[in-house]
Amino acid sequence: MSNRKSMLLLLVLALSALILAACGATPQPEPTQPPAKPEPTQVPAQPEPTEAPAEPAKVEPAKEIVLFNWSEYIDPEIYTQFEEATGIKVLEDNFSSNEELLAKLQGGATGYALIVPSDYTVSIMMEEGLLAKLDHDNIPNLKNLKEEFKSVPYDPGNVYCVPYQWGTTGIGYESSQVDEPASWAVIFEAKPDDPWYGRMTMLDDARESFAAALVYLGYDINTTDEAQLQEAKDLLIKAKPGLAGYDSDTFEDLVASGENLLAHGWNGDFLVAQEDNENVAYVVPQEGGVVWVDNICVPSSATPEEKLAGEMFINYLLEAEVGAQLSEYNWYASPNAAAEEFLDEEFLSDPAVYPPPEVLEKLQYIEPAGEAESLYQRLWDEVKSS
Amino acid sequence: MEQVLRRNPALRGWLLVLPAAVFLIIFFMIPLLIVFVYSFLERGTYGGVIWQFTLENLARTFDPLYFSTFLRSVYIAILTTLISLLLGYPLAYFITTRPAHQRNLYVLALMIPFWTNFLIRTYAWLTLLRTHTGLINVSLTSLGIIEKPLPLFGNDFAIVLGLVYGWLPVMVLPIYAALERLDKSLIEAAQDLYASGAQVFRRVIWPLSLPGVVAGSMLVFIPSLGAFVTPAILGGGKSLMIGNIISNQFLAAHDWPFGSALSMLMMIVMLLATLIYFRWALREGVQP
Repeated sequence: MSNRKSMLLLLVLALSALILAACGATPQPEPTQPPAKPEPTQVPAQPEPTEAPAEPAKVEPAKEIVLFNWSEYIDPEIYTQFEEATGIKVLEDNFSSNEELLAKLQGGATGYALIVPSDYTVSIMMEEGLLAKLDHDNIPNLKNLKEEFKSVPYDPGNVYCVPYQWGTTGIGYESSQVDEPASWAVIFEAKPDDPWYGRMTMLDDARESFAAALVYLGYDINTTDEAQLQEAKDLLIKAKPGLAGYDSDTFEDLVASGENLLAHGWNGDFLVAQEDNENVAYVVPQEGGVVWVDNICVPSSATPEEKLAGEMFINYLLEAEVGAQLSEYNWYASPNAAAEEFLDEEFLSDPAVYPPPEVLEKLQYIEPAGEAESLYQRLWDEVKSS
Repeated sequence: MEQVLRRNPALRGWLLVLPAAVFLIIFFMIPLLIVFVYSFLERGTYGGVIWQFTLENLARTFDPLYFSTFLRSVYIAILTTLISLLLGYPLAYFITTRPAHQRNLYVLALMIPFWTNFLIRTYAWLTLLRTHTGLINVSLTSLGIIEKPLPLFGNDFAIVLGLVYGWLPVMVLPIYAALERLDKSLIEAAQDLYASGAQVFRRVIWPLSLPGVVAGSMLVFIPSLGAFVTPAILGGGKSLMIGNIISNQFLAAHDWPFGSALSMLMMIVMLLATLIYFRWALREGVQP
């Protein structure tokens, strides 16, 4: 056997492995299709009496659109109902952070008719020209929005986006094993003999985790001051040995299953997890936390047909009953005033869903970091690599 | 047309290679070129690149923060390769000693895990390894064998375990192929010349199986170094490898040029490691 020849063969093999390695498997779920079950509820659209701009050509809505959304954020039944009502099929694809959503759109991803970015990401996407202006004629149900959501600071007048759901970021905990955490200190000052030491997670999200550290230190969560950010970074590194990991996708399930006792996360996720374990509870610590609004928008890469179908879907979500259905599924507060009529009193008065005024005033929006973006990410790399 | 082809064997060869060549140029060379070019450009604030030449990204790859993660990844990849070799070699040898019809069954058994998606298999490990609800720790603590759960998850141990599990079959297969081709009369000849068992292995079997060992090692080392699913899941997002840092540059930090530069560094190191290893193996293999 010629050794040189076989070596050459092996080199080729190894190189193909190199290609394989470079391709790598991205954990990306396939677009899922909801099971069929008819339950049509469609209120006929009322055209607003505005002077309609001369439309160049009649656009037919796309037969099939893809919604790019956070995981488990929408009742799959809604797709079935919408398809019954309009004949448009909605498929879903998921992302797990605003940064991931932004990166995919910046990378040229197409085929999405609808996306669900949070407030600060809407600002960035507007600036980067990634969003299409909504045609309000196609969304008459905009009138159902609460007044404060018609004039959100990042997009006054809902020019590009319609608020989808809103919520807060705080701490979820296992109430039978841990007392209600009064302060972010439970995470940042955890001692090895605390029962939750090594049994808690923080969000795998630079801005959210820095916000938690900054609010605990008494700084503005949108600070761009390097010294304050360094201090927050040191705090995050100090807390790391007490963490089981950084997790933005399954943090609530891990508390419900008893694997972890505490988690930094989003309120609705914990409330949904109560179905598996009634002892899961949620609190915004006394120092405050993050408040956010997720929005449904049409990316500028959508075709006119996709955009029209997308706007029809937005309009459908804004219906009173559908809005209520959405909140009942994901346990997040609805920006839809008309939906409240269909929601339980218990839900509407739950302080974990609708924070009382004294909590609300301690909550802050995350704003785009602009030039400080790379500083945030560099410091986050330091935390994660430490 | 047919006549032209008949008269030009060289042309025939080129035509045969054309489809694969076009495929590789479009889907391999061009993306690689983009990565190369991007690594010399400046970042856009929220992703994308600004067409301005800079060497800063390449300089930053030697920043201790990233370089230490890189070295740690090399360490994890080497460890994974060594463990796979230690486990895989005896297994491959065992298979070659079975009767011919059984061998194929064993090889098939090795391939079966590949029928299930790697991501799902990695998640399955979570069920076993979780610190407080994982099967292993729950069993051991409820049997009273251990008091405190073992740290099986969210650390380098879990990552190396996941990688060895994932890549062991690609270590075994080439070694098996090399051992199976080995001329048994050479072993008999060595024994006739009073070589001890250890000597037969060291002087005959090992050198002749070396091509398989080299191929298997490369097939394990390269994907382990670039791994990113395994550390992301079994490392709990706490223990990072260079693959995670690179994916973060694209998916979280909006820094495409730096992600590209890190990828280039990784590819260069892989290429160098491959070349050095082959040279060494070639020298070893040629000597009796």
